[in-house]
This record gives sequence, C-alpha cells and structure tokens, in this order.
Amino acid sequence: MVLRIATAGSVDDGKSTLIGRLLHDTKTVFEDQLRAVERASLRYGDGSTNLALLTDGLRAEREQGITIDVAYRFFGTPRRTFVVADTPGHAQYTRNMVTGASVSDVAIVLVDARVGPSEQTKRHLFICSLLGVQRVVVAVNKMDLVDWSRTVFDDIVAEVTEHIGLLPYPLEVDSIPLSALLGENVVDRGSMMPWYEGPSLLEHLEDIEPRRSEASGARLAVQYVIRPHGVEHHDYRGFAGRLFGGSLAVGDEVTVLPGGRTSKISALSRAGVDVFEAQAGQSIAVQLVDDIDVGRGDVIVPSSPALPLVADEFLADISWMSESVLSEGSRWTIKHNSRTLRAIVTSVRHRYDVLGGSVAPTDRLELNDLGVVSIATTAPLVWEPYDRRRSGGAAILMDEATGMTVGAIMLRDRISS
Amino acid sequence: MSLHHIDGLDLGIDELEDEAVEIIREVAAESRNPVLLFSGGKDSAVLLHLAWKAFRPGRIPFPVMHVDTGHNFDEVLDYRDRMVESYGVRLVIASVQESIDSGRVVEDPSPRSSRNRLQSVTLLDAIAKHEFSAAFGGGRRDEDKARAKERIISFRDRFGQWEPRNQRPEPWNILNTRTRQGEHVRAFPLSNWTELDVWRYIGRERIELPDIYFSHRRVVVERDGMLLGVGGPVVPEPGESVRELVVRYRTVGDASCTGAVISSASTVDEVIAEVAAARITERGATRADDNFSDSAMEDRKREGYF
Repeated sequence: MVLRIATAGSVDDGKSTLIGRLLHDTKTVFEDQLRAVERASLRYGDGSTNLALLTDGLRAEREQGITIDVAYRFFGTPRRTFVVADTPGHAQYTRNMVTGASVSDVAIVLVDARVGPSEQTKRHLFICSLLGVQRVVVAVNKMDLVDWSRTVFDDIVAEVTEHIGLLPYPLEVDSIPLSALLGENVVDRGSMMPWYEGPSLLEHLEDIEPRRSEASGARLAVQYVIRPHGVEHHDYRGFAGRLFGGSLAVGDEVTVLPGGRTSKISALSRAGVDVFEAQAGQSIAVQLVDDIDVGRGDVIVPSSPALPLVADEFLADISWMSESVLSEGSRWTIKHNSRTLRAIVTSVRHRYDVLGGSVAPTDRLELNDLGVVSIATTAPLVWEPYDRRRSGGAAILMDEATGMTVGAIMLRDRISS
Repeated sequence: MSLHHIDGLDLGIDELEDEAVEIIREVAAESRNPVLLFSGGKDSAVLLHLAWKAFRPGRIPFPVMHVDTGHNFDEVLDYRDRMVESYGVRLVIASVQESIDSGRVVEDPSPRSSRNRLQSVTLLDAIAKHEFSAAFGGGRRDEDKARAKERIISFRDRFGQWEPRNQRPEPWNILNTRTRQGEHVRAFPLSNWTELDVWRYIGRERIELPDIYFSHRRVVVERDGMLLGVGGPVVPEPGESVRELVVRYRTVGDASCTGAVISSASTVDEVIAEVAAARITERGATRADDNFSDSAMEDRKREGYF
C-alpha cells in the first residue's frame, strides 16, 4: 500500500536535506539528476553536494534556498512505496501546508535540536490536527550539533507532548532523533546514539499503520452521466463516479440522495469494463433498474443500513487561502464532492491561535488564517462530519468572479434552523 | 505510484487508472470545451485510451489536438491518424509551419535549431482560436523538478502563462476547473504515474504505439551527447560522427531535439525490463531541450508549454 506523507518546514530545519537524504539513500535519485545537483551545488556555492537541491525545483527556490510550493516526490523500498507532499513551513504558506496535509496519512514534523519546537513546528502540528492527519513523526534533526544528547532529545519530546495536549483534535506522535546531514537514523540506524533503541525514520515509515478511520458504507457521488447516442446502447444510462467507503454489487438496493428515490443496480462497470462487484476507490459506472432522474452531484448509497446526513447549514473549520478578506454575509461558490452550489458565510466565529491552540472571537478572516465559520448552502449537501469521513466533510470555496480557490472547509456539525 | 528500480512492488496500476478516469470525467463534466493534446507519444496514447475507457460505451466527448511541428517522424503521423480513427474521436491540427508562415513566430535559421519552443505559441493560438477551456496533457510529476510542483489542474492566465506562485491550491484533490473568457486550465490525469507505470499499462491494455519506441536500425549523428536520427531537420555537420546503430526512442517529440537510445528492446516486456533497470531519467537521456539549463522546463512551462 502507498503511504502518503506530509512534510513542512524550511531549509533552516533541514527538511529539504532530510527528503533529499531519503531519496538519495533509497537510490531513488537518477544519475543525471544527481549530476545536475552536483553542478548546481557548485554554482550556488555549497561546499559539498547539497541534497536539498533535489527537492527545491523552482529557480526562485534554489536561488533563495527556500521551499515555496507543494512538491510531490515518490520514493520507495522493497516493502513500501511513499509519496511525499513537501511544503514550506512559514506562516505565509499555511495554505500550502493545508493542501499537503489534506492528502496525507502521516506527517513528518521537523524540529531543530538546537532550538526545540519552533513556530513552524507548532503550526504544522496544528494543521495536522485540524486536517485529520492522526499519525505524526517528530523528527528531531541536527542531533550532531548537540553532541547527540539524550537530555536535549527528551526535553524536546516532553515539550512537543505538552503542546499536543492543546490541539483541537487528537494526534498520535512518535519521535526519532536524527541527523539528515550525516544520514544518522534516516535510512540506517546509526551508532552515535546508543541510548536510542527505536527504528530509523525509514524503518518507522515502512512499519507505520495509517489511521484511516473512515466510516464504512459505500458512497458514489455522480460525476458524469454516460448516455451513448447510438442505436446499440439506446437505453444505456451510466452514472459514473469514484466509489468510496464500501462496495456495491449488481442487485443491491440503493437510494439516490438528497432526493431519496430508490432503485436497484442492474449493471456495473469499472473503467469501462463490466464487473459484478465494485470496490472502494474504483472509478465505476452504475446502471439502475428503474428510469429515475439522477444527475451530477447526486449521491448513490446502499439503502441500508445508515443513510448519510442531508443538511444545508453547517458549522465548519476553514483555512482561508485568499488575499481578499472573509467577512460575514459574503457569498461564494462551494464544491463538495461533485456538487457545486452557491454558499453564504452566515457568521465568522473564531480565529484559531495556531501556536497556542486557543480560539479568539472575530468577524473576519485573512489570508492564511484558520478559523471557525457557519455556512449555509442554497440546496442540501449529502455530507458526514469530517472526522468521521474526510470525503463527507471536505469542501472548497471558490470566488464567483475570478474562479480562484479561496478556502478549504471541514464540515463538522449541522446547524438546525 | 512506483519506482523504476524496484521489482516486485505492488505498482498500483489499477489505482492510477481509477484516479486518471476520475480526473478525466470531472473535467469533461465541469469544463465548457475541453480538448486532449495528442502528440503520438506514449503518454498521450495512454491518455487517449483512458479517455475512451472513462466514457464507454459512449464516445469520448471532446476532440484531440495535435501540435504539428512539421519535424515529425513519419511513423508518428501514420500512427496518429490510425488512433484517431480507431478511438472514434475528432482531430484538430495546429501547425507550427503555419505559425511561421504567418509571422507569429520566427524560426532560428541555424541548422541546429529546434521547433520545440515555437510550439508554445502555436498551442496557445489554437487554444484561443477554438476557445478551448481545458487541455488534457500527459505530463507526469516524475519527469522534471518543475513538473513535481505542478497541480492536477494547472491554471493558465489570459496570456496562457503558468505562474508557479499563483497556482490554485488543491486540498483533498478537489478539482477546480473554473475559467473566465480567454483563460484555460491544463489537466494532468497522469500526474502520479512514472515512466514504468506507463509502460506496464501499455502492456496490460495492449495499447498500440509508433514503431520508433521499439528497437530498430537507424542512421544517427552524435550531437551534444545525444543520438539524433539523420534526416528531415537533422543534417550532419562536418566532423560529426554518423553511424547506423540499433536504437529506440524513449520519448517522441520534435525530431530535431529528441534523441534515441541504444537498445535491443523490441517488445513491450523487453522495454519494461530496460526501463526498470534504467539509472537515467527519460528526459535526461533523450531531450536536448531539457539539458539546456537547470530550469529549462520551468522557463518553457511559464511560456505556455505543455
């Protein structure tokens, strides 16, 4: 199974060096890429080969020695394949960190052993908590610069543990002392810290079980209705989408939400090939026995046991990603699964203090703020709370005029009017 | 999502197919007037096949477009026409030669010039002319470090430009294809595929490719560390070494800047074995355009390149 990892931080923490080290020591780096990095290291005046240049892909990033955007990197071992969503750690890149965390199972949170948990460390931990990345690895880096001291490591672990108690949603944390520059405890267990008996970072990543605490129950959000216009397939109507949360089979009784009409599955295909049963994660098309009205944005679910929730007013966490201000009464376009609707932010309630974990009342959110809002949609959404099922509670807000993505939303609760 | 040098991994080809089909259906549902960019290369062949599967038993609900540099491998044009016929899809051709004739671009007169970079203008002109709102491309994040930063849906402004600092965030991979008049998005359903994934999928689905992807004898000239096929735009200069070798191509682009590799791999299985053992990326091995500088791909992408 593929393990998706979020990282955040800057070159100061040694994050790019750490990822470069993972790529290099797992032999994922191709010869021409390594030669290019060696050439660039000379040009930018680094003494030795700067492994950080493997991940900092844009020219501005190499010149300024910073990570600007989300980069997706692949590496692997005989035991597992990894996808790293690598993001910058400064406050002005909060939206990039949110994006990286939203698609990840595990996060590597970096701490510089010389300085302890920084603002960036705390920000990343907060975002992991909010976005539901429940497994976190705290990599205490630059142990070589603190004489491989166990006391330093233990103090940092204690401080991180205390901070986690302040976060809005639970995190499970493991900590590893290492030196990305020297490769100690990154891929291989080193010899410099005999007091540390745990696994290397890579060994830990190979073993870790992601907590995909998704609720069960199949959900098919209809993306597209396939209607061939030939004589041969005159009556064919295929409701196409990606299946989540469970399986569907020919003969299953289903309900189409939010309308509530019921029918039975007459045929199924996966990526255009007929199948009897479809599994979670597959891109499928469903045909129904009855000629009922089903369109893009509708959700097909098994008629039993529990039907998902239908609501049009919500309490939600939000990551604000736009330079325009989010204020009460503002109108946006919301996209939730395959349904796109108009939405109004009925109130802006709180802004999170990302470093302290508390909330402060506010009536507006600005770029890179994280907060709590209530939001109403012009028609009902078929939803589930985000912590029960990511795909049931995740949505984006778009600017109606420019089309830009301005917010990431986690639906937490319904508001009954 | 897999690695080139490791055998026995669960390569997740099915999962990659599911993801690509989801992206293709989403863009087709949301975007006003999409088009699929078809070069005749292996990535666009996989893309076309996925589009066909995504809408079966219906037809592919958008046309394909070939940006014709005029410096094509003959085999690739024949192949393009056969594929368009067998997948039952409409073909739009955008011609770099017409861009040159009409003065939109000026060709570098040197014998070593490539039309690769000129394609961006032709591509953007064609997108504007046909009012395409979304263009599917076969780009993959493993190809290049600038591509590793690319979104699945990549926004292009009214000038067709890619601004890496101004890309739309894609939390949870929820796709935003919205555009205003004159803007468009590029959509990359193969973002998370590697070269090896592409080849394994070609093998599994029995997708036909141009012959030049497989081992054959060809007269080549060695130039800038690459083997360029002699003929058409490639004319040997005095002092250059010209030889007949057994080669194949790892990528198919403008004939003037796409190099061959020495290879005896004549079947898909043999190519898979060769790719799995490779220690040099396909672009590093075969594309003069990317070796030009450290940020060559980034610079071309900003100008509107594929």
